[in-house]
Amino acid sequence: MNVELIGICKTFGPVKANDNIHLRIPSGTIQGILGENGAGKSTLMKVLSGFIQADQGVILLDGKEVRIHSPADAIHYGVGMLHQDPLDFPPMKVIENFIAGSPGKIVPNSKEVIARFYELQQQFDFALDPQAHVDRLTVGERQQLEILRLLWLGAQVLILDEPTTGISSLQKIKLFETLRKLAAQGKTIIFVSHKLEDVEQLCHRVAVLRRGQLVGEATPPYQMDDLVQMMFGKVVSFGGRESYKPGEIALELKGVSIEDYRMRIGPVNLQARKREVIGLAGMEGSGQLLFLRACAGLIRPTAGRMVVNGKDLTGKSYHAFLKNGVVYMPASRMEEGLVPGCSLMEHFVLARDQAGFFVDWDGAKKTARDQIAAYNIHGRPDSTVESLSGGNQQRALLALMRTPASLILMEHPTRGLDIESTLYIWSLLKGRCSDQDSAILFISSDLDEILQYSDRILVFFAGRVSPALDAASISVDQLGQLIGGRGWDAF
Amino acid sequence: MSLETILTGLAGVLAAAAPVIFAAIGETLTERSGVINLSANGKILLAAMAGFAVAVSTNNLLLGCLAGMLIGSLVAAVVAFSSITLRQSQVAVGFVLALMCRDLSYFLGNPYMGLSGPRIPSLPIPVLSDLPVIGVIFFRQDILTYLSYVLIFAAWVWIFKTRPGLMLQGVGEKPAAAFVRGANVNRMRYIYTLVGGALIGLAGPTYSLSVKAGWKGTISGLDGIGWIALAITIFGGWNPLRAAFGAYLFALLQWLGLVLQPSLPDIPSQVLQVAPFPLMILTLLLVNIGNTEWVERVLASLPEGVRHAIARLIRSLRASPPAALGTPFEQE
Repeated sequence: MNVELIGICKTFGPVKANDNIHLRIPSGTIQGILGENGAGKSTLMKVLSGFIQADQGVILLDGKEVRIHSPADAIHYGVGMLHQDPLDFPPMKVIENFIAGSPGKIVPNSKEVIARFYELQQQFDFALDPQAHVDRLTVGERQQLEILRLLWLGAQVLILDEPTTGISSLQKIKLFETLRKLAAQGKTIIFVSHKLEDVEQLCHRVAVLRRGQLVGEATPPYQMDDLVQMMFGKVVSFGGRESYKPGEIALELKGVSIEDYRMRIGPVNLQARKREVIGLAGMEGSGQLLFLRACAGLIRPTAGRMVVNGKDLTGKSYHAFLKNGVVYMPASRMEEGLVPGCSLMEHFVLARDQAGFFVDWDGAKKTARDQIAAYNIHGRPDSTVESLSGGNQQRALLALMRTPASLILMEHPTRGLDIESTLYIWSLLKGRCSDQDSAILFISSDLDEILQYSDRILVFFAGRVSPALDAASISVDQLGQLIGGRGWDAF
Repeated sequence: MSLETILTGLAGVLAAAAPVIFAAIGETLTERSGVINLSANGKILLAAMAGFAVAVSTNNLLLGCLAGMLIGSLVAAVVAFSSITLRQSQVAVGFVLALMCRDLSYFLGNPYMGLSGPRIPSLPIPVLSDLPVIGVIFFRQDILTYLSYVLIFAAWVWIFKTRPGLMLQGVGEKPAAAFVRGANVNRMRYIYTLVGGALIGLAGPTYSLSVKAGWKGTISGLDGIGWIALAITIFGGWNPLRAAFGAYLFALLQWLGLVLQPSLPDIPSQVLQVAPFPLMILTLLLVNIGNTEWVERVLASLPEGVRHAIARLIRSLRASPPAALGTPFEQE
C-alpha cells in the first residue's frame, strides 16, 4: 500500500511536535524513520495509526484521502502499529490475545483460529505456542504475536516503534527477515528507530526528523556522518574547557553488572574522582538510568563491588549510600523529587535532620529564607513547590541536597529549563565540584550539555557501556555514532 | 441427625448461597472491566427493602425482583458516573454509598417492618426432583436458586469463552490495548458496572422474598453480606466458578454453625454465629497462598518432585487482579 503524508502538523501547547511533514512511502518499501528522543517520530506515527489526529495535513492511502479517527479505524484501512511496549494482555493466553478484538461470531471457533494461527506463523518460521500465557513470553515473542495478529486483521502497512529494543540478537535477525519477507509481499513497513546500524542493515530508505521537522532523506549506501549530522544538527564544540584537578576516588565500580527484565548492563569498571564531572550519554532507555540508580543504591547490582569513598557499600540500602554522601536527583521533579502541596519551608524541614520531636518553625523559616537567597529561587518560604517554575523547582532541589555530598547523581539536570536557568544550575553544580570536592555523574540526552560540562563521558547503547572517554578529545561525530550503536568494535 | 435433615439442610445451603452468588458474580463482572463497586453491602439492603415493599404493594413477585435490580443499577450508575466520567476515587464513592444505602433502607423501610408479604414459591423440577439425594438437594428449589446455577456457568462462559468476554478481560487488564483493538473502553465499563449492579441488586429481593422472607430492618441479618461478597470476588480470583465455590462454602459454614450449636452447649452461640466469617477468610487465604513470596522460598527448599506437584497446584489456584482495576482510562 502506498502511503503519503502531506503537510502533517501537530502542536502540543507551545511545542511543534510535527511541523509540516511531507513523506511518500511506496508499497513494498521498508522506510526508516530516524531521530533523537522528542524529534517527533512517535507523534507522526501516532497520527498515521489513529492514536491522535493531526491539526493539519492529509493522509493518502493508495492515493485516496482517509481520515483515521482511532487505532481500530486505522486497522480497518490496513494500517497496524507495533508499540514499543507491546499492547497486549499479559495474563491471557497467546490465542486469546490473537482473538480479542477480531471480528466474528460471539463464540469464536478456537480450532479454526488456531489452525489459521499455525498457518500464519509457519510463513515466518515463528514457533509460538497458542496455549502459552503471554506473560511467560519474551518481548521478541510478544512482537511476533502482534505482527501475526495485525497481519491476520489485514494490515497492509506495519509501523514498528523501536522494535529492536529489548529483544535478543537472534530475535532481531528473525524480525528483520520477517520484515523483508513482508516487504517482498508488497506490504509497507515503517521502521522507527534511533539505532543507525539497524536502519543501515534493514531500510530501503530513511527519513530523518529533528525538532518536529523532516530534515532530510537518504537512500543506501548511507553516509553515517551525514545521518548523524541530520539527527543532532550542527553541534558546536566548546573550546577552552577548564582543566580539572581530579582528587581521590569518590566512587569505584569493580565489575558491576546490573539487570532488569529488559537488559543486562556491564560488567562496568569505573573510577570517579572528586571534582570530576562524568556525563552519561545515550538514547533514552539504553541503560544509563539503570546504571545511575545502581550507583545511588536504589537498584542492587547482580555482580561486582561498589566502593564509595573507600567504603564497600555493595548490596547496601539507599540509606547507607545517603549516609556516605551520595545524593540522587531524579528527572521527574514533581513526582520523585518534591512533595506537591508542601511549601518550600516544609521541604527544608523534611530534608534536614532535626533534633527533637517538635518542628522548630522559626528556625525553619530562617533556613528557608537563607537558602532561597543563596540559590536565587524565585519564591517565598510559604510558596508551594508546584507554584514554582521548572527552573526554580530545580534550584530548590539543589538547595535541598545534603551537604557535603561526595557524589552527586543527576538525571537530566536541566531538562525543560531555559538557557538562563541552565547556566545558573551548572554554575551551582560546578561550584559544588570545586568547593566541596563533589564528583558528579549526570544523564543527559542533550549532546551539547554532555560535551560542554563533562570531563569524561560514558556512552550507553542497548546496555553496553563504553570506557570513560576523555571529553576534550572526542569528536561530536564519534559520539553521535556511538550513541547510534556504531564504532563499538574499537573497545 | 437423620439423612433427611442433612439433605434438606444442604438444599437450604444452596438456596442461601444464591444471593451471595448473584452479588459476587455481579461484582466480578464489574471489576473485570476495571471498576470497583464498593457499594454492594448497602445496595443489597436497599434492594431487599425496596423489592419487598414493591412486592407487598403490588402483590407481584416479579416486580419486586425487578425493583431490586433497578436499585442496584441506579446505585451502580452513581459509581460509574463519578469514577468513569468524573474520574473520582471509586473507593471513596463506593464506600460512602454503601453506608448511605444501608441507612436509607432502614429509614425508608420503616413502614414495611414486620409485614407479612408474598414469598417466591418453590418449584420442583419434574423428573429431576425425584432423583434420590440429588433431587432433594438441587431440584426442589425456587426459581432464583435455579437462576443462580445458570448464572455461574453463563458468566464463566461469557468471560472466558466469548469474544466480548475476552475484550472484557482486556479492558480491565490493559485498557490501552483494548482500545487499539477497537473497544470503547468507557462505554464497556458503564455497561458492565450497570449489569453487575443489577445482579448485586437482585441479591436483595432474593433475601427478602425467598431466603429470609420479609423485612425486619436492622435485625434482618443482611448487613455484612455485601462485604462478604466483595471478599469472595477477590479471593475467587475474579472467576465465577471460584466465586461460586466461595459462596457455597460461606453458606455451608453458616449452616454448620446452626446445626452444631445444640451438640456443643459449652461454646457460646455467638461464637458459632460469627465463626463462618474468620473461617471463610482463612480458607480463602489458604487457597491464595501461592501469591506470597515466602511460599516460593519454602518451595525452593523442597525436593524436585514434591515441589513441582505443589507448584502446579498453587499455580492453578493463583489469581491476580485485573491490572487496571480502579484506574480511569484516558485516551490520548
